[in-house]
Amino acid sequence: MRPALEIDSVSKSFGAVKAVRNVSFSVPRGEFFGLLGPNGAGKTTLINSVAGLCRVDSGSIKVMGYDVSSRDYQSARRAIGVVPQELVFDPFFSVRETLEFQSGYFGIKKNDVWIDEILSGLNLTDKANANMRSLSGGMKRRVLVAQALVHRPPLIILDEPTAGVDVDLRKNLWSFIQKLNDEGHTIVLTTHYLEEAESLCSRIGMMKNGELVMIESTDLLLQRDKECVIRLRVKQPAKENLSPLEVLLPNAVCVELGEYLVSVPNPSEVEDVLRLVRELGYEIDTLETENESLEDVFLSIMKASPERSE
Amino acid sequence: MSGFSALFLKEVLRFWKVAVQTVGAPVLTALLYLLIFSHALKNRISVYPDLEIDYLTFLVPGLAMMSLLQNSFANTSSSVAQSKMMGSIVFILLTPLSHHALFAAYISAACLRGLLVGSGVIIAAMLFVSVPISNIFYILFFGTCGGVILGSLGLIAGIWADKFDQVAAFQNFVILPMTFLSGVFYSVESLPPLWQMISHANPFFYLIDGFRAGFFGRSDVPIEISICVVSLVTLVLSLGCLLLIRSGYKLRG
Repeated sequence: MRPALEIDSVSKSFGAVKAVRNVSFSVPRGEFFGLLGPNGAGKTTLINSVAGLCRVDSGSIKVMGYDVSSRDYQSARRAIGVVPQELVFDPFFSVRETLEFQSGYFGIKKNDVWIDEILSGLNLTDKANANMRSLSGGMKRRVLVAQALVHRPPLIILDEPTAGVDVDLRKNLWSFIQKLNDEGHTIVLTTHYLEEAESLCSRIGMMKNGELVMIESTDLLLQRDKECVIRLRVKQPAKENLSPLEVLLPNAVCVELGEYLVSVPNPSEVEDVLRLVRELGYEIDTLETENESLEDVFLSIMKASPERSE
Repeated sequence: MSGFSALFLKEVLRFWKVAVQTVGAPVLTALLYLLIFSHALKNRISVYPDLEIDYLTFLVPGLAMMSLLQNSFANTSSSVAQSKMMGSIVFILLTPLSHHALFAAYISAACLRGLLVGSGVIIAAMLFVSVPISNIFYILFFGTCGGVILGSLGLIAGIWADKFDQVAAFQNFVILPMTFLSGVFYSVESLPPLWQMISHANPFFYLIDGFRAGFFGRSDVPIEISICVVSLVTLVLSLGCLLLIRSGYKLRG
C-alpha cells in the first residue's frame, strides 16, 4: 500500500530565498505525524506545496499515490484536507453555508449528516446558522478544521490549528482529531505547542532553514542522546570514612546534605550507576529520574543544526 | 452539487445577499443618468432621425448595457480581489475544481448579475418611456457576450491586483473611459471622422451598437461586423483568462 504522503527531493525558492531544500520523507497511512520547526523553517511552504497552493521548483509530492502537480491533481486534492494557518473566512455566509459550499466544491451533493457530525464534534452545533463574522477567533479556527473535513479526506494536514484556541477548545479539538486518527485518517500536524506534538504524534520531523534535520519516532526521539538525570537521596553512610558521593562519582552534584543529582549519559546505564552507589557503601533512600521533554530535544537539535545565511 | 454549481451558487448568493447595493443601486444610478442626460441633451442631440426615436428612448439600451458591463466587471473583480486579499480563496484553490469550472462559475455569476442589472434598467425605464424590441437574439447575444467580456476582465484585474486601489484604478482608468466613449450617450455616426475611427477601435462600441440594434433594428456598423468582433473578443479574453487561471499566476505561489 502506498504511503499517505510521499515527498521526494522537494525544493522551493521565493526569489533568492530558499524556503525548502531537497526535503524527502513519507508518512504511512494511519500515522499521526508531527512537523516541527521554528518560524521560517519552511513547514508552511512544504504544506502549501502538498496542498497545491504552491508549485515546487523540483521534486515530487504524492498524496495517496496521486501526484499533486500532474494530471492526478484532482484525485490528490480529494484525498487531502488542509487547515490553513491563517484565520481566513468568507464574511458573507453562515457556518452551515460555508460547509455546504465547501462540500459542493468537492462534488458532494448531500452532506448534511456528516456536516452535523463535524459541527457536533467541534462544538459548533449552536453556531451553525451564525454568520462567520460574528464568531470568536477560536470558533473561526474550528470552522477551518470543519472545512478541511467536509469531504472526509484520508489525509488531514493541520497547520498550527490550536493557535489562539483556549484550553478547553483545544482539548475538544484534539479528542476529535484523535478519534479521526483512530478511524484510520492520517494526520500531519505542525504546531509550536511541543507538548501537543509529544502526546499526539507517533513520529516527528524537524525542519530548520528549509531542511529536514531530523525525522524519528517520538519515543526514540525522546531517548535520543538523552542525558538522564537521577535525583537520589542516600541514608547516612554506614562507613564513617567514606568520602562524599560527588567525589567518588564524577557526574554527581550534591544538592543538599544526602541529596544528589547524578547525570547518566544513557538511560540504560542508570542501573550501573545505582549498583556503583551501593558498592560504595551508600544506602539509597529515595530515587527519581528527571526525563527530557520534546522541547529539550527540539531545542538541542535546532541548536546543533547549522545556520544558513540565505 | 457539482463543483461548478457550488461555486456558481456561492458567487450568486454573494451578490444577492446585498442585492440592494449590487443590483438596486446600479439601476437607480442608470435611471438618474437617464433623467439628467435626457433633460440636458434632448434638444441638442439628434439620433436616428429617420426612425423618429427620441433621445430618452435612445439612451435606454446604452445605459442598460453600460450598467451590465460595469456590474459584470465589479462582480468578478471584487470577489476574486477580496477573497485573495482576505485569504479565503484557499478554500477554492484547495479543491479539485478545474480551471474550466472555476472560470465558468465566476463568469456565469458575473453574467447573471450584469443581465439582472441591465434588465432592471430596461424594466425601470419602461415605466417612463416605451422601448421597442426589434430582435431579442441580438439583445441576448450582446448582453451575454458583454457579461463574459467584462467578467473576464474583472477576473484578470482581481487576479492581478495586490490591493483594492489597483482594482479601482483598472475600473476608473480602463473600464469607465471605454464604456463612456463607446457610444452610450450618442450615435457614433454623429462624431467627426477621426473620433469615429477611434470609437471603432473600442470593442465596447460593438457591444453597445449591437445591443442597441436589438432594440431599434438599426446600428452604426453592420450587425455582422459587431457579431464577429464581439465573438472574437469574447473568445480571446476567455482563453486568456483560462490560461491565466491555469498558470496559477498570483494564485498559487
